Amino acid sequence: MSRDEVGFGQGKPPDRDGSAVRWSAAAQQAGPLAERAVPRSGQAVPRSGQAGPWSGRSGPRAGQADLAIASRGLTKRFRRGQLAVDGINLAVPAGCVYGFLGPNGSGKTTTIRMLLGLIQPTDGGHQLLGSAMPAGLNAVLPRVGSLVEGPAFYRHLSGRANLARFDAADRTADRRTARARIDQALDRVGLLAAAGKHYRAYSLGMKQRLAIAVSLLQPRDLVILDEPTNGLDPQGTREVRALIRQIAADGVTVFVSSHLLAEVEQTCTHVGVMRTGRLVFQGTLAELRDQHAPRIVVRTSQPELAAKVLADLELAEVTSDDHQVSALLGDAAPEQVNATLVRAGVPVAALDTPRPSLEDLFVQLTGEGFDVDG
Amino acid sequence: MSTADQAVQAGPARPASLGPVLRWLRFFWSELSLIFRRPRNLAMLAVIAAIPVLLGVVLKVSAPAAGNGPAFVNQVTQNGVFLTLAALVVMLTVFLPLAVAVVAGDSVAGEAASGTLRTLLTVPAGRTRLLLVKFSAVLVFCLAACLLVAVAALLTGFLLFPVGRVTLLSGTTIPLADGLLRVLLVVLYATAGLAAIGAIGLALSCLTEHPLAAMAALMVIVIASEIADSVSQISAAHPYLPTHWLLSWDGLLRAPVDSAVTEHGLLSFAAYAVIFGSIAWARLGAADITS
Repeated sequence: MSRDEVGFGQGKPPDRDGSAVRWSAAAQQAGPLAERAVPRSGQAVPRSGQAGPWSGRSGPRAGQADLAIASRGLTKRFRRGQLAVDGINLAVPAGCVYGFLGPNGSGKTTTIRMLLGLIQPTDGGHQLLGSAMPAGLNAVLPRVGSLVEGPAFYRHLSGRANLARFDAADRTADRRTARARIDQALDRVGLLAAAGKHYRAYSLGMKQRLAIAVSLLQPRDLVILDEPTNGLDPQGTREVRALIRQIAADGVTVFVSSHLLAEVEQTCTHVGVMRTGRLVFQGTLAELRDQHAPRIVVRTSQPELAAKVLADLELAEVTSDDHQVSALLGDAAPEQVNATLVRAGVPVAALDTPRPSLEDLFVQLTGEGFDVDG
Repeated sequence: MSTADQAVQAGPARPASLGPVLRWLRFFWSELSLIFRRPRNLAMLAVIAAIPVLLGVVLKVSAPAAGNGPAFVNQVTQNGVFLTLAALVVMLTVFLPLAVAVVAGDSVAGEAASGTLRTLLTVPAGRTRLLLVKFSAVLVFCLAACLLVAVAALLTGFLLFPVGRVTLLSGTTIPLADGLLRVLLVVLYATAGLAAIGAIGLALSCLTEHPLAAMAALMVIVIASEIADSVSQISAAHPYLPTHWLLSWDGLLRAPVDSAVTEHGLLSFAAYAVIFGSIAWARLGAADITS
C-alpha cells in the first residue's frame, strides 16, 4: 500500500492550508454525532407508511427548507415491467448524515439515479435542497456532489486530469480557481501525492477516493454517495468513513447508501431502509433501535418462580422455558429486578438485558440472506 | 489561507458574470484534448497522414498510364499540388469516414461504456450542452483529418514533383497561391461532408452503450451508401444518400467557381446534420442513463 493511502483521512500534513484544523473546529461546533440525531427543525421525521413529507404540513412554508431531499411517491418501473422503486417518501433533514440501507438489488441506486435526474421516475416526484426536480436540476446540481454506482473515470488520464475534465464540464465552475480547487479536493481524499498517476494504475481504494474527490470539487450543500466503500478493505472503509465524517462536520448534508449496516451505524444520524423497492423504515438511528425494546433474560434453575416474580413486577411479555425466563424490560432497572428476584429466593445464574443489534433489526426489516423478492 | 480556501468560501457568490460562453469553451477544449490526446486517435491520424505520402511515392515510382486511376492522379506528375486532391479522393471513400466513425461513434457511447457519462451529467454538464460540445469536437476532428491529408499530400507533392501554376478543370491556369486557396475550399467542403457523417455517428452513439456497435453501424451505413450510389438502377435515390455529395467538389476547381453542385451538396450535408443532430438530442435528452 502506498504511503499516501496510509495517511488518508488521519495524519494530514500540518503545513497544508490548515484545513484539517478547520474541520476539527467545525466538528466541535457541530457536537458529537449523537447530539445531532434530531433534525434541526426539531420535527419528527415521518416514517414510511405515514404521511409523506409534502403532506400534512401547514401552509406553503411546509418545512421543506429543512429537508435536503424530499420525495413523494417516487416510483420507477423499468420498461420490462420490473418495479425497481415503489412509491418511496424520502425525508432527509438538512445537516444530517443519512444512511440509505438495503441489500443489493433493493432499489438504492435506482433511487439515487432518480434523485440526480439521470433517470426519470415513472411516478411521483422529489425536491432537492428545496427545489422541485427535474425543473431545477441545472440550478441545484452544482450544489450537490455525487458518486453514483462506483467510480467511473477516463482510464488513460491521470487522477488530476480526470478531475480537471469533470470540472471543465461543470457549467458553474470557474476556470481561474480550478487548479486550487482540484488540488484541495485531491488533498482532502489523500490523493495529492498520486495525482499524476494514470487512473488505471490506481488501487480500488484510490479509485473510490478519486470518485469522492469529484463530489468535493465545489462547495456543496448536499453530497450523495452511492456505496462509497464498496469493495474496499477494512482500512479503506475506515478511511472513507472518516472522510464522510469530515464532510458532515462542515455542515454538509450527506446521503450515503450502503448494504453494510456497520458502516451506517458508525457514521449516520438517520437511516432509511429499503427492501425490494420499498422504504420499510425511515427515522433516526435511535428510533430504529427503539423499534425493538430491550428485554431482560434471567437464567435460573427455577423458571416458574422467576416468571411469577417478573409478572409481579408488571413486566410485559413474560416467557419462560426450562432454563430461562425473559420479559420486556420496559422502564424497570435491571439491578432492581435482580434484587427482587434474589429476595424472592430465585437462584439467578445469569441476568442479561440484550438489545437487538442493529444487524438483527436490519435483517428483520430486509429479510434473511439473498431472498431478493421478485 | 490558501487560494483554494478562499475559492471555497466565496462559494455561494460564485461569479455569474463569467460568460457561459467561456465555460462552454473550456468544456469544448477539454473534449478536444480528450480526442487529440487519445493514443488510438493519434495512431489513426498518423495513418491518415501516411497514406498521402505513400500515394505520392507510388506515383513517383510508377506513373500511371494516362486515363487510369482515380481522378487528378494523372495531373500529379505534372504538378505536385494535385496530390492533395488525389489524396482527398482516395481518403474520402474509406479512410476518412472510418476515422470519423471511430471518433463520432465513441463520443457518447464511449462515455456511457466507461460510466463517465453519468458523472458528466451529474456535474452537471447539461445534456444539450454536452451534445453540442460533442458535435463541435467531431466537427473539429473532421477538419483536422482533412487538413492533415491535404498538408501531408502538399508537402509530399512539393518534395517529389514539380510545382507551379495550377491548371483548373476549366482549362484556366491560375497562380499557385490561388490554387492552394482552391484546395482549402475543397478541404472545407470535404469537412462539411464528413461532419454530416459524424452527425449520423453521434446519433448512433446516443442509441447504444457500446462504442464499437456505433462505429460499426456507421461504417455499414457509409459502405452501403457508397454501394447504393454505384447502382444506376436506383439513381433517383442517389442525391439523398449521405455519401453521394462527398466528392462533388469539381465545381470549386473551375474558373469562375461553379457553385451549383457544391451548394446542393452542402444543403444535403446540412440536412443530414440537422436530422441526425435532432435524433441525438431527442434521444440523449430523454434517455434514462443506467450505464
